[in-house]
Amino acid sequence: MSAMPELHAIVPELIMAIGAMALLMVGVYSSERASRSVNWMAIAVIAVASIAVAGTENAGAVLNGAFMVDGFARFMKIAVLIGSAVAILMTMRFARNERFERFEFPILVVLATLGMMVMISANDLITLYLGLELQSLALYVVAAIHRDNARSSEAGLKYFVLGALSSGMLLYGASLVYGFTGHTGFAQIAEALADGRSVGLVVGLVFVLAGLAFKISAVPFHMWTPDVYEGAPTPVTAFFASAPKLAAMALFIRVVVDAFAPITPDWQQIVVFIAIASMALGSFAAIGQENIKRLMAYSSIGHMGFALVGLAAGSQQGVQGVIVYVVIYLVMNLGAFACILAMRRDGEMVEEISALSGLARTKPGIALLLAAILFSLAGIPPLAGFFAKYYVFLAAIQSGLYLLAVIGVVTSVVGAYYYLRIVKIMYFDEPADSFEPVPVELRAVLGVSGVLVIVFAVIAAPLVDAAGAAAASLF
Amino acid sequence: MSWPILSAVTYLPLVGAAIILFFLRGDGEATRRNILNVSLGVTTLTFLVSLLIWWNFDTSNPGFQFVEEAAWTGGFMSYRMGVDGISMLFVILTTFLMPFCVLASWKVVQTRLKEYMVAFLVLETLMIGVFTALDLILFYVFFEAGLIPMFLIIGVWGGARRVYAAFKFFLYTLLGSVLMLLAMMAMYWEAGTTSIPDLLNHPFPPEMQTWLWLAFLASFAVKMPMWPVHTWLPDAHVEAPTAGSVVLAAILLKMGGYGFLRFSLPMFPLASADLAPLIYALSVIAIIYTSLVALMQEDVKKLIAYSSVAHMGFVTMGIFTMTAQGVQGGIFQMLSHGIVSGALFLCVGVIYDRMHTRQIADYGGLVNRMPWYAFAFMVFTMANVGLPGTSGFVGEFLTLVGAFQVNTWVALLATTGVVLSAGYALWLYRRVIFGTLEKPNLTGILDLSLREKVILVPLVALTIFFGVYPAPIMDVTAASVDQLITNYQAAIAGGAETAQVTK
Repeated sequence: MSAMPELHAIVPELIMAIGAMALLMVGVYSSERASRSVNWMAIAVIAVASIAVAGTENAGAVLNGAFMVDGFARFMKIAVLIGSAVAILMTMRFARNERFERFEFPILVVLATLGMMVMISANDLITLYLGLELQSLALYVVAAIHRDNARSSEAGLKYFVLGALSSGMLLYGASLVYGFTGHTGFAQIAEALADGRSVGLVVGLVFVLAGLAFKISAVPFHMWTPDVYEGAPTPVTAFFASAPKLAAMALFIRVVVDAFAPITPDWQQIVVFIAIASMALGSFAAIGQENIKRLMAYSSIGHMGFALVGLAAGSQQGVQGVIVYVVIYLVMNLGAFACILAMRRDGEMVEEISALSGLARTKPGIALLLAAILFSLAGIPPLAGFFAKYYVFLAAIQSGLYLLAVIGVVTSVVGAYYYLRIVKIMYFDEPADSFEPVPVELRAVLGVSGVLVIVFAVIAAPLVDAAGAAAASLF
Repeated sequence: MSWPILSAVTYLPLVGAAIILFFLRGDGEATRRNILNVSLGVTTLTFLVSLLIWWNFDTSNPGFQFVEEAAWTGGFMSYRMGVDGISMLFVILTTFLMPFCVLASWKVVQTRLKEYMVAFLVLETLMIGVFTALDLILFYVFFEAGLIPMFLIIGVWGGARRVYAAFKFFLYTLLGSVLMLLAMMAMYWEAGTTSIPDLLNHPFPPEMQTWLWLAFLASFAVKMPMWPVHTWLPDAHVEAPTAGSVVLAAILLKMGGYGFLRFSLPMFPLASADLAPLIYALSVIAIIYTSLVALMQEDVKKLIAYSSVAHMGFVTMGIFTMTAQGVQGGIFQMLSHGIVSGALFLCVGVIYDRMHTRQIADYGGLVNRMPWYAFAFMVFTMANVGLPGTSGFVGEFLTLVGAFQVNTWVALLATTGVVLSAGYALWLYRRVIFGTLEKPNLTGILDLSLREKVILVPLVALTIFFGVYPAPIMDVTAASVDQLITNYQAAIAGGAETAQVTK
């Protein structure tokens, strides 16, 4: 069997890999000033890869079944690529201002994104691990990219230690799954499980899911999130909260739906538990936060909990809900971080929520867009966040998970409180000193995100349909 | 009618909001004028267009009219609009009151006028949408989205404790509504559609009805508000700016009653029959308890807020008697209360703008300086009491007639509320208007300006007109209410039969 004919299916990944190496050459052999253009080249590479993803056809399982190219994979890859490109865009000026501008950053983001693409397409436990580690190792370095800053280094180290632990758990679980089924391919595992499962396999399942839960920062594997979010440079935090979350969620979906479909009731219990725990912790713990990056960390924990509600349903409807949810979350999250990046006063970044005081009067346009994003994060109609929650809870109700749904919506009300608190600070409080003028790229990101969130109700159909098609390809 | 009149009425205010947001810039007096003129023009235009709905409305048709349908967000929901005899007048009430809200804010709102008017116009779109939506999710979107502008209106332009009031209002209502959202999802999976006309004909299984009914109650009871979840209302009313209080009392509270009539009663008739005693109990407690609380208030706005809760008690009681009189009376009471309570808050606004206090003790003897004002305030006070000849009488009387047919005790206890309402309303009137003008700072107070007369005179006229001649309202609602009652009784009879068969 020749592997050559199947290379057409992995063209996007090849573009990313070759592009990353080429950029490394450019970075090393060019002068300091030319390295700035590496950022734009990285964005170009990602753009070309996105076009390639859109252009490839659904080849199915390729490379001896290790790599899956289906509608789901292509949809999620495009979302991840967009998230990564926006993250690079938002970092450029910040890195210059904070003096950690170096050409390695965009290259590491490209490599991490390549890892995410492999994760999304993983159809085998070994591919899964390869993609996950490529992503994680690049991200550890990215977290510590501001190496002269103690907090950034600390964030990178914490992320590394806990990330290595979770990778270990995942590997251990994977080896148990292999041991009890005799296969590493997802399809073969599912076949082997069709006639029942042993207790050992359940232990393996728990370890695999624990490792994945760490990557999406679901409770009880969330402890690293607030510290890393707070310590890492802000645009890096924006990156962590968007694309890698999407990729990990896609991987989570694929593992449970493809490999463990025959034992759905077993993993369903686990997902229900971590969904409830994440939603509750995300809502309650965020209330007391004063630092907006920590608040976003807890917010992301809560949102992953909501997304898991759809997965807990274990149905095609549920997966469609999760896909819609994570894409909307990506949009809201990038918009919110664009605004956090604009919080700059006297040449210094400010991260206290109280610094937003009276923003509605000093910068009314930005305040309006941020308010829309915050109401959307809280899940208030007619904004996009409402529809995200609508689809996942619709699936949960369909599957009869009433208790999960009731706990979910009640925690969403608790969560609404802390988003409202920010709106209150922006709109009700007396204005503080104005921030510095907002750079054009942040304006663009915030504008696109805010407008999408507001008009989502009108333009939702293509996304919902595409998500439906993507979900259908898994079942 | 060939063009989508309901969508036009619903989104016209949004167009106005967009014009103000994007085209009127600057801080000068000219911009301020423009913003006010555009707001007044748009709300008036909306009202005039909405009158076309009434004009073309077929009162003999009990079903939905002016129906519009379109696909929306890739399945699971659809865009559907329409009105019947129950909802049509609420649309008119909303569009009718909004120009007065704009006028009431004319001089008062000095800061951030642009955002204020944008919030109000967006709110108007959302309120009209609630009454015209014929799809569950579309209804929910409008119902819930109204929280955002109202939160900002209370929080930015409100009184001293505005932040507390805004949060309480938002979170209370949200908590009730999310449970209703889950019930709507369960209805979708049971019936396979979110179309309200289809759901009205779908027989839900009896045990499911009870749960769905309770989930809807959670939302509507908070919105209505019913005792014991009414506590957000006095805070929100007191702290909101005048126009905000008017919108809250006149329109937002009616969404709860409308919801009962649109969903709870026709879709879950068996649960409604089973749980009606619960509603009676809560209504009677609301009527008596909140009337007593109103007696003790020292803040004018708070007193009117508590009286609203008591009056809404009559509405819930009337609706759940499931008699033609009770339901008609409930609808009439809601419309009348919309005009009267809105007018009362506007009256409070008049003296608040002059003296910047809402304490009853700070007033007294206003009749000496403000005869016009005293007259207008008297008409609304009498309507609030339910004096025959005012619109307040018709609604209360009909709901009591309805209640009397079903349960004498409920009617008897509720009637004490009428006495109590006379107590607090007349006492309030005496303390504010009559007596000698002793307070030195009141000696220079001026009577109604032309703008205030323009606001109050039409409301006085309508209050008396509908009290003497309620037929225009009754004619519109009669056919739809009759159909509602007929379907309800058929469902109850059907339910009783199946119960006997299973026994």
